[in-house]
Amino acid sequence: MKIPLSWLKDFIDLNSLTAEEIARKLTLAGLEVDEILYVGLPMPETAAQGMHSSTKHEFKTNGIAWDREKIVVAEIREVKAHPNADKLTLLDVFDGKQDQEVLTGAPNIFHLKGTGKLEKPIKVAYAKEGSVLYDGHADGQVLMTLKRAKIRGVDSYSMVCSEKELGITDESDGIIILDDDAPVGMPLADYIGDAVLDISILPNMARNASIIGIARELAALTGRKLMKPAIEFKTSGASVADSVEIEITNSELNPRFVAGLIRNVEIKPSPYQIQRRLKLAGIRAINNIVDATNYAMLELGEPLHAFDYDVLKERAGKNKIKISTRTAKDGEKLTTLDGVERKLTSTNVLVCDEKGSLSLAGVMGGSESEVYDASKEVLDAKGIETKPGEMPQGKITSRGKSTVNILLEGAAWNFINIRRTAKQHNLPSEASFRFSRGVHPSLAEQGVKRGLQYMAAWAGGAVAPDLVDAYPLKPKDSVVDVTSQDVKRLLGIDLTLQQIAELLTHLEFKCEIKGDKLQVTAPDHRMDIDEGVVGLADVLEEVARSYGYDNIPTTSMADALPPQVGNPVHEWEEHLRDLLVAVGLQEIVTYRMTSPEREARLVGSGLASDHVRIANPIAPERSVLRRSLLTSVLEIAEKNARAESIALFEVGSVFEPNGNDLPFEPHKLAIVMTGARLASAWDVKDAPNFDFFDMKGRLELLLSGLRLTDISYTAAESTPYLHPGKAAEVKVNGKVVGVFGELHPLAKEKFEFGDSPIIVAEFDLDLLRKLNPTYGIKAVPETPPIYEDIAVIVDASVEAAAVEALIRQTGGKTVTNVRLFDVYVDEKIGAGKKSLAYSLTYQSDKTMTDAEAAAIRNKIVKRLEQTVGAKLRS
Amino acid sequence: MLDKLNEIEKSALESLAAITDQAALDAWRVSMLGRSSELMQVFAGLGKLSKEEKPVVGTEANRVKVALESALAERAEAIKNAALAKSLEEEKLDVTLPGRSVNIGRLHPSTQQLRHVLDILAEMGFQVYTSREVETDEYNFQLLNFPPDHPARDMQDTMYIEAGDRGDNPILLRTQTSPGQIRAMREFAETNPNDPPPIRIASPGMCFRHEQITARSEIQFNQVEGLAVGKNITFADLKGTIADFVRRMFGEGARLRFRASYFPFTEPSAEVDVECFVCGGKGCQVCKNSGWLEILGCGMVHPVVLQNGGYDPKIYSGFAWGMGPERQLMLRNKINDIRYFWGNDVRFLEQF
Repeated sequence: MKIPLSWLKDFIDLNSLTAEEIARKLTLAGLEVDEILYVGLPMPETAAQGMHSSTKHEFKTNGIAWDREKIVVAEIREVKAHPNADKLTLLDVFDGKQDQEVLTGAPNIFHLKGTGKLEKPIKVAYAKEGSVLYDGHADGQVLMTLKRAKIRGVDSYSMVCSEKELGITDESDGIIILDDDAPVGMPLADYIGDAVLDISILPNMARNASIIGIARELAALTGRKLMKPAIEFKTSGASVADSVEIEITNSELNPRFVAGLIRNVEIKPSPYQIQRRLKLAGIRAINNIVDATNYAMLELGEPLHAFDYDVLKERAGKNKIKISTRTAKDGEKLTTLDGVERKLTSTNVLVCDEKGSLSLAGVMGGSESEVYDASKEVLDAKGIETKPGEMPQGKITSRGKSTVNILLEGAAWNFINIRRTAKQHNLPSEASFRFSRGVHPSLAEQGVKRGLQYMAAWAGGAVAPDLVDAYPLKPKDSVVDVTSQDVKRLLGIDLTLQQIAELLTHLEFKCEIKGDKLQVTAPDHRMDIDEGVVGLADVLEEVARSYGYDNIPTTSMADALPPQVGNPVHEWEEHLRDLLVAVGLQEIVTYRMTSPEREARLVGSGLASDHVRIANPIAPERSVLRRSLLTSVLEIAEKNARAESIALFEVGSVFEPNGNDLPFEPHKLAIVMTGARLASAWDVKDAPNFDFFDMKGRLELLLSGLRLTDISYTAAESTPYLHPGKAAEVKVNGKVVGVFGELHPLAKEKFEFGDSPIIVAEFDLDLLRKLNPTYGIKAVPETPPIYEDIAVIVDASVEAAAVEALIRQTGGKTVTNVRLFDVYVDEKIGAGKKSLAYSLTYQSDKTMTDAEAAAIRNKIVKRLEQTVGAKLRS
Repeated sequence: MLDKLNEIEKSALESLAAITDQAALDAWRVSMLGRSSELMQVFAGLGKLSKEEKPVVGTEANRVKVALESALAERAEAIKNAALAKSLEEEKLDVTLPGRSVNIGRLHPSTQQLRHVLDILAEMGFQVYTSREVETDEYNFQLLNFPPDHPARDMQDTMYIEAGDRGDNPILLRTQTSPGQIRAMREFAETNPNDPPPIRIASPGMCFRHEQITARSEIQFNQVEGLAVGKNITFADLKGTIADFVRRMFGEGARLRFRASYFPFTEPSAEVDVECFVCGGKGCQVCKNSGWLEILGCGMVHPVVLQNGGYDPKIYSGFAWGMGPERQLMLRNKINDIRYFWGNDVRFLEQF
């Protein structure tokens, strides 16, 4: 919300505080200032100097300061024609000291061209030579210095300014025409110089989406007094109650509805000061009636709606106008004042009369009964020139006549309902912003009165006595008991009841000390204070904010440390990551979201129900939660395919549907390796590519790092995406925990990879984790080992693992290591045969002799001969 | 005879001086000190000399022998040194050639940062508590004091899961790690419902939002949440704990400030800013000229949340805070595009 400081000062004395200081206080109290926009007032030096200043500045700062000497209030006394240019006028401007001829092309002064001396001078913002302003003709905001020039033979030293040139608005079509009472000669910065704070309003601070709300916060933060507005105006004529009645059908949805009447208004532009404040607050100035509703809303926080009373009267015929509120029928239609016909549902609330619907409650008015300014219509339709503020006559539209009598609505709505409706019809508005966050019903009355007061002041007219006010559901004022002990227990500070009361009173809480308790009653603009234990937290938050978070001390927890229990699952996975990193794998973390099509590249297309589906995906390629972690890792490998060596892993969850309940989230490990086995160097070229055994070696290290034994690898011929001859299952204690191998050529084809084989592995971590470590650390033997190599020739079909198992089994515990160091295939050793060469280590508690080793060796050879038909190779 | 010895010594030393390699040196040793050398002939002939001559010549011959041997040793040392110097010279490398690299593994930067955060928290007594990524509306919102249609839900656009009509309790991808607060409190409270034990946990994990993926916004990100619940925990304790954490995380001199804020599950709530460590608070692009960097949100656990977790808010109080490891990394390393994290370009990952 954009808050002009000048407006804030209507309600609180901010003397001696700079815009930055005010912004700092608000920001620390939860009203974060995103930007300070200077519109005339002097800017802090740091901001002006930019980034190289040594002083700290805390806010994004923008805007322009107006030179007090050079930019002043002046008056146009005479309007002449330019001798050489049809589109320019020549003004005689008096700046309080001297007269000056000034050129302008402003369209809103053009109709006076050649008038000569004006009966009533026009007050303007006047900039002298050397002033720094925004270039009115440039796109966007471009600073320029006003220089002497000759335009079409006439000397030009100075100018009358537009809003764009002064930084009040981004665009403007004409010069500023100030209010008649503007003091000629006064520095413009003193007259209308301003700074605007752009404040983010948190969802629980809707009460502060108003000028008075911010002023109230500042009162609490500075200890200064909040000057509440005096709402007073004269009334005349018949009471509004004589001609209008109100009926609320659902008080939950519409706790209160207030309406007031003003007769015989004259629709015209609002005073310039009002227009300027509205514009700085980010609201277009329309006319005095619409502006009055917006101005009162920004000021107090109560959105108002103005009806054309005569339209309502015409619809009511001879009867009293009966305004009712009800929910819409499904399919009912209403054309809102943006001209869109809206199809409604039964959750939408309507404001109606006997003839039908008038507006979408709390969100947007209907077009039929909106306040109508005939002058705009005429201008748009015919391009007829009018003098500012002058009402042209003419009936060229269906309505034809400007609104004369206004019925002004202020109401309270259910914030959840308004939120749903605004979302449903995609109608974010100033009104729905506030109503969807909660506006207290007490503001309805204040708002209507304030609106009527402004209308009477700016549009003439007579306010009818009384208001019609239906108030079926009055919210209970929350009452909360607070003790010093509560404050100590939850905030950690020592405050007396008086001190607590003082902090809260600034925010308009009513406080009464009753014994050792402070009875706190929430003010009637607040909907966010509950009762009981929640109310206590609500009130203590206000105490803390007013006291200042910065003033609360920092302490260490006095409570004893809870028993430390650790998180074995998390710790195990972290250990696993360390092991994977230690064998040279790079960890990646990928999106949980994918699509069945993406996963089908690897695992083939399954059923739609195989995936956990996202109801509102951000894109079709992220429509489901992943089931295959390996696909995710392969996609990243593919993306990095230009790297010479890729060795990636991911540890994370996949998601398996579980009917309409929460899905299962098993944890998986996926590994992908491809490319060069070694890092290349200037003397290492054409390193071999990763293959099956590079992966297997890493997995062996991994499993041994997890202290697992009883590991076996068996050929896995039926994993569809793996090469049938280069794939294995990993079993621990006979249970399959993972699979690995070379990607099947047909699967590989679906990715964009180079020539190198793609080696992948996938493990089920929930299975793996539950296996208990089976070995401890052994003592290192002191006795010398005996090393011996044996090579045996076996049929090619005999698995190496079987041979090794036989060796270990036969050798018993004396054979402490069996390492295959060569596999040799050659016709010399026989067709269909292979030679397996093992290096054996014999070791026992005592020093062994060669003879003892030889005896074991002979046993082993014999066993191999008998069992797998091996022949010792000489 | 003595003249002859002098002659032998002189000529031997002269020829030795000219020798520059080991082979010539070996030949010299054979010819000057070998069995058939002139000097050895002198020793062999000593017996034939007179009683008077014998000691004189013997002594002199010994002196010459010792002199030649020591000259030989000296020469041998010099030749060895020269040869070594030569071979060292020949083995000289171009030390500017690049080193031979090793392909090593690394943790993903997010994991590294998560560990950094969790390590600090562990030392402060906050133990890791992990919970599921797909959650119910109840756990992600309602029990955390976000009623259906509450405006606070606007702060978090949610991705929902197709799961039939579950009424007010749809399934969703958690938008925050806070559901873990409820799960943890309930788990702890269950152990002793009448007098639930105190809690100090850190919940790390992936969270999800319905956003467009841009340089500034992501659909998934890690969060770490801290939670302390006990009978005697205050806002001042929250400030003290955060100050400890920030000191460890951002350094001894890191200034911080607490700014009032709003989260449905805490009250009072605050956002914590640290003084921008890039510019020292003077204002720069990283801190958007504010001098401060927003690093975490925190607050006293809302009474409704305590209640929902099985802790009586009249007796217990607590605080919670949440922060984003990726954001911390981005600020620390001036990374301006959050998409790097799940993009997993190895050229990015290798830098951590």
